[in-house]
Amino acid sequence: MAVEVSLNFDQILSSAREVYGTELRKMADEGMDFAFVCSDNVAPSSEVGKLMKAYPDRCINVGIAEANQVGVSAGLALSGKVVFSQVFGPFLPLRAADQIHADIAYNDVPVRLIGTHAGVTSGGGPTHNAIADLSFYRAVPNLTVVCPADANQCAKVVRQSMNYPGPMIIRIARGAEPDVYADNDYEFEFGKSITIKEGSDLTLIGTGSSVYWSLKAAQKLEEYGIYARVIDMHTIKPFDEEAVLKAANETGCVITVEDQSINGGLGGAVAEIIAESNIPTKFKRIGLPDEFAVLGEPNDVYKYYGMDPDGIAKTVREFFNR
Amino acid sequence: MMNSTVNEWTIQELEDKAIDIRKDLCTFIYRIGIAGHLGGELSMIDMAVALYYKYMNYDPKNPEMPERDRLILSKGHCAEALFTIYQDMGMYTMDYMVDHFETLETAKFSMHPNRKYVDAIEASTGSLGHGMPIATGLALGARMSNENWRTFCIIGDGELQEGTNWEAFMTAGHYQLGNLVAIIDKNDLQMSGPTNQTNSIDPLDEKMRAFGWEVIEVNGNDMGEVCGALESLPPSDPHIRRKPICIISNTTKGKGVSFMENVVGWHAGVLNKEDLEKAIESIENTRRVR
Repeated sequence: MAVEVSLNFDQILSSAREVYGTELRKMADEGMDFAFVCSDNVAPSSEVGKLMKAYPDRCINVGIAEANQVGVSAGLALSGKVVFSQVFGPFLPLRAADQIHADIAYNDVPVRLIGTHAGVTSGGGPTHNAIADLSFYRAVPNLTVVCPADANQCAKVVRQSMNYPGPMIIRIARGAEPDVYADNDYEFEFGKSITIKEGSDLTLIGTGSSVYWSLKAAQKLEEYGIYARVIDMHTIKPFDEEAVLKAANETGCVITVEDQSINGGLGGAVAEIIAESNIPTKFKRIGLPDEFAVLGEPNDVYKYYGMDPDGIAKTVREFFNR
Repeated sequence: MMNSTVNEWTIQELEDKAIDIRKDLCTFIYRIGIAGHLGGELSMIDMAVALYYKYMNYDPKNPEMPERDRLILSKGHCAEALFTIYQDMGMYTMDYMVDHFETLETAKFSMHPNRKYVDAIEASTGSLGHGMPIATGLALGARMSNENWRTFCIIGDGELQEGTNWEAFMTAGHYQLGNLVAIIDKNDLQMSGPTNQTNSIDPLDEKMRAFGWEVIEVNGNDMGEVCGALESLPPSDPHIRRKPICIISNTTKGKGVSFMENVVGWHAGVLNKEDLEKAIESIENTRRVR
């Protein structure tokens, strides 16, 4: 059975950065003890900017130096703080890979690295795309990796992370993205996916922004008599293996959708589970192919690679010859 | 402070302690039978001894003491030097360290330090250029929490070729972290040869000043000068914003063991029985000629 959630099929847009900024501010107002670090990537007028203004003693801007930022965040955590550290996502795993690996993961400290501009949401070309980060994070021990499906879920993740042990990556999009959930009154557990829509013909698994795309695609597919289960796989590590096995068993067809390279991310994780399960399953990965993405506005790029709801629905229909 | 008796250590007593630690270090490397980074370990011993036995607020019986000073070993490959000090301070026996050195599931000790396995280790290090950002974060954390403890970071000189050191130097200078002390163990050699022939870091004093640091330069193998530098540190007060302090500790790689001193090949190595005997004799000689 799907978890009781109210879904939002309308295109109501919210920015995860703004919503989590408001939440952090509330948490600070409530007396929660945490530090915040950024690297010249917070606009003073944004909600996070307002937090920095309201709590200057606990907020540090290290300038344009992501590797240093991650190391400084580890040091702050070693001094006893929970640390939220907002990093421009494309550079988080790429420039600071060694610091994530050694300072955050190996030292096993409560730093929450909030990587913005996930996937190609930044626009501006491949230097500003974060397409290989999930593949890297998956191979680093001790990390918890979370891709909130929408802005409000991001706020939930940020609040719940205060009492969660060890290091965490929180991967969010650049700007405003559609709300998946109509309200925030649902149980959220790290490592436990949420089946947001039931279906018997196939399962669409999304993470982060692609949860909404999958939901919209599932809605379109019903017009063709195809009923898709949709899973919000918000936690990429530890991975909810059970939900994948259940989907393979019950629907016999699994398709993953992600704003990431199809190599090694969500699709890779699901492929590994299915391959080792001996459950005969039709399977496909939708995401960025193994090339530097074409230059374009994010929504055009998604359309180009068949990652938007229409593209996903088309791929599924081809699978089902309908 | 460790205790009042310990803090009355004289320069000569600290010198004797450094000699004992050098001998124990060689014995430890001999006993584990695995290459240790002896060159850089022997060069930093005097500074590390002065810190742990006299100048750091550190109680080996209470390693989690919240008000303790923190030491980050950025040149993590020289951890055996610290392990040797920890056994001398009574935290571990040498037998225990040998029996738990890279022994898979029972291992606590390795070439690089792990904070989860060794009580006195504040941060797991090994990858070069990581200590300074971490130490900067610790110093910022102490300030945020209104705590007086100080952060020390021991960095290698070759290691300064890693850019993250300079990012952190800039940050510490910008935030005027007077509760942070960077100690650069400047032995002028790195794995492939002399540092100034590899990718020169000089003039180091001018660079550090340009990055907003106060510089104290000493002979890091002269206990009198080492103590003079550490003695001169102003009280660590998180509320006072002033320049962080850099101690450029000019040292000799392989210090104390005549056949290792300034020999590039002794960056790292194993010791056989004969090497060990010669090394111990050489170290003892430094006591006699003093």
